[in-house]
Amino acid sequence: MSGSAPETATQAAASPDTVMVDVRSKAEVWGLAAQFSTPAGIYEAAKKVRESGYRWFDCHVPFPVHGLDKAMGVQYTILPIIVFFGGLTGLLLAAFLQVFTNSVEIDIWALVSVVGYQFEVSGKPLISTPAFIPVAFELTVLLSALTCVSFMLFLNKLPCLYHPVLKSPKLKRITDDRFVLVIEAKDPKFARSATEAFLESLEPERIVELEP
Amino acid sequence: MTHEAQSGNLRLGGLGSSAMAIGAIVGLGGLAATIGLDGVGGSAGFWKSYLLAYMIALAICQGALFFVMLQHITKSGWSVTVRRPAEAIASNLQWMWLLFVPILVLVWTGKGAVLFEWCNTDYMHGDHVLEGKIGYLNPTFWSIRAIVYLGVWALLAKFYRSQSVAQDADGDIRRTLRMQWWAPIGIILYALTQTFASIDWIMAIQPKWFSTMFGVYWFTVSCTGFFAAIIVLLAVLRGCGYGRGSFTVEHFHDLGKLLFAFGVVFWAYIGFSQYMLIWYANIPIETEWFVPRQLGPWFWVSWLLILGHFALPFVLLITRWTKRFRNILVLIALWMVAMFIVDVYWLIMPMVPEAALAEATSWDQLQSEVTAGTLTLGWNPSILNLTAVLGSLGLVVCGTFFFLRQASLAPTSDPRLSEAVAFENF
Repeated sequence: MSGSAPETATQAAASPDTVMVDVRSKAEVWGLAAQFSTPAGIYEAAKKVRESGYRWFDCHVPFPVHGLDKAMGVQYTILPIIVFFGGLTGLLLAAFLQVFTNSVEIDIWALVSVVGYQFEVSGKPLISTPAFIPVAFELTVLLSALTCVSFMLFLNKLPCLYHPVLKSPKLKRITDDRFVLVIEAKDPKFARSATEAFLESLEPERIVELEP
Repeated sequence: MTHEAQSGNLRLGGLGSSAMAIGAIVGLGGLAATIGLDGVGGSAGFWKSYLLAYMIALAICQGALFFVMLQHITKSGWSVTVRRPAEAIASNLQWMWLLFVPILVLVWTGKGAVLFEWCNTDYMHGDHVLEGKIGYLNPTFWSIRAIVYLGVWALLAKFYRSQSVAQDADGDIRRTLRMQWWAPIGIILYALTQTFASIDWIMAIQPKWFSTMFGVYWFTVSCTGFFAAIIVLLAVLRGCGYGRGSFTVEHFHDLGKLLFAFGVVFWAYIGFSQYMLIWYANIPIETEWFVPRQLGPWFWVSWLLILGHFALPFVLLITRWTKRFRNILVLIALWMVAMFIVDVYWLIMPMVPEAALAEATSWDQLQSEVTAGTLTLGWNPSILNLTAVLGSLGLVVCGTFFFLRQASLAPTSDPRLSEAVAFENF
């Protein structure tokens, strides 16, 4: 597949043009994949790959392998911090919405002029906290959840419609019972023959060269 | 990922005996002091303290029974090792009916009115609303129900404990299947008995008042007590060198999540739902329960609960790392045990005389009466409250270590044991 669409898809998140030129100079190789037959095999391999200084590598496994993130050196997600601000936005939005629509007589301009009006409901105070809590709670939860899902997808670079690892017919079993470690060509330490020799030393079942 | 649970230090030695002895001394001493300080008369203050202490101990054990059945109903793997200590706490329900006998005797000898106003037949017959409740709130039916509740809990606790311990010896997988088969039935029985017990023993203190949320509220109370207590218990065991490899950081993390979910968020959710509906409708027969709780010293206790039972632990427990540091988690759990006790105190103690409510024309008037000291709100913290609560907690500690000592600290032949030892949180 030599079309430009997949390239843009996979490299969109990568970096400036200079790096792209760099990748091409290392020949038309997207990366090198090593296939292992056991979780323990890929766990040990990931450790060694990380220790030898590679950064642009990933593990493709058919089910979660305990401790693999640590072996790979994957950092803990920043998602909770983003979700906190999503929730806070919901809370403030709900507070503003209710105070404006129930309790104050100010006019605001939101594309058209909107008139604030004071509603007195069953003799309660105009700004009546207990009555506002359910809406505040729901909007906090809603915006937290939406932020959580959308930023989870964004941080994972999903949806991913094409991935070079899935293109290779030799690596079909990664969705079943095989474990594949890929070192990408854009890693500064990547060198076709040296990296292949290094992967060989990890004793994989096979090594596969991946096209973009 | 080693199977240390099979080889680790899972037999309580000296710690078991000394904890039992301390628990027994504190328990019996507290009980004796409560009786002695009161004199033999059996005043209202004594009985309220007794009920408070009983409900605190009961809530922790009810939560444990729920937890055990929940693990079976979901066929959980992660919790297998934690289940045994929970079974030990729940096993206290096998003897706890004994401590309820004095309350039964109180009601049956016609002196129940010091605790439950409905025992006063003149009072019940003088009011239209209360007359309609006589069919439910009378000594005979009330006692039959109490015996059913206590019997159901004792049998369920005995069944789960004995099956689990017997499996240690024979490794029979059919025991697991049997426990799973009974779990849904047990949970339904548990939900019904716990709900009606909370209505009978706490809500009925103020017989006119009702809340359909009350059973669920009590359920969250018992979950708070149990999850806080088991974190403390496991931390004590680990601190004394037991159960290494069985009770890992992952288990503390998960129990911290459950404490956060049930004891903090769900508690606040249910508590607020109950409050908001009553506040919004503003019907005297419903609001009379919240009136004393928003007056005088109870006003500050209510705020302590909102901030200390919800806001503070919410912030402390929401992040991942506080749940993964045992020493920090156990401090939060101890705080939650204290808040749980305050919560039960807040449920049982406040009272406002009906006449005062009927005569009052405004909130300001009630407040000024409280300031002047003419309106009593049941605010009477005494040494009796303390000795009674210490006594019941001491007995629960004694009982728990009695059961812990009898068997291994983790179910060593459970088919899902390896799952519990190896699992990790992400």
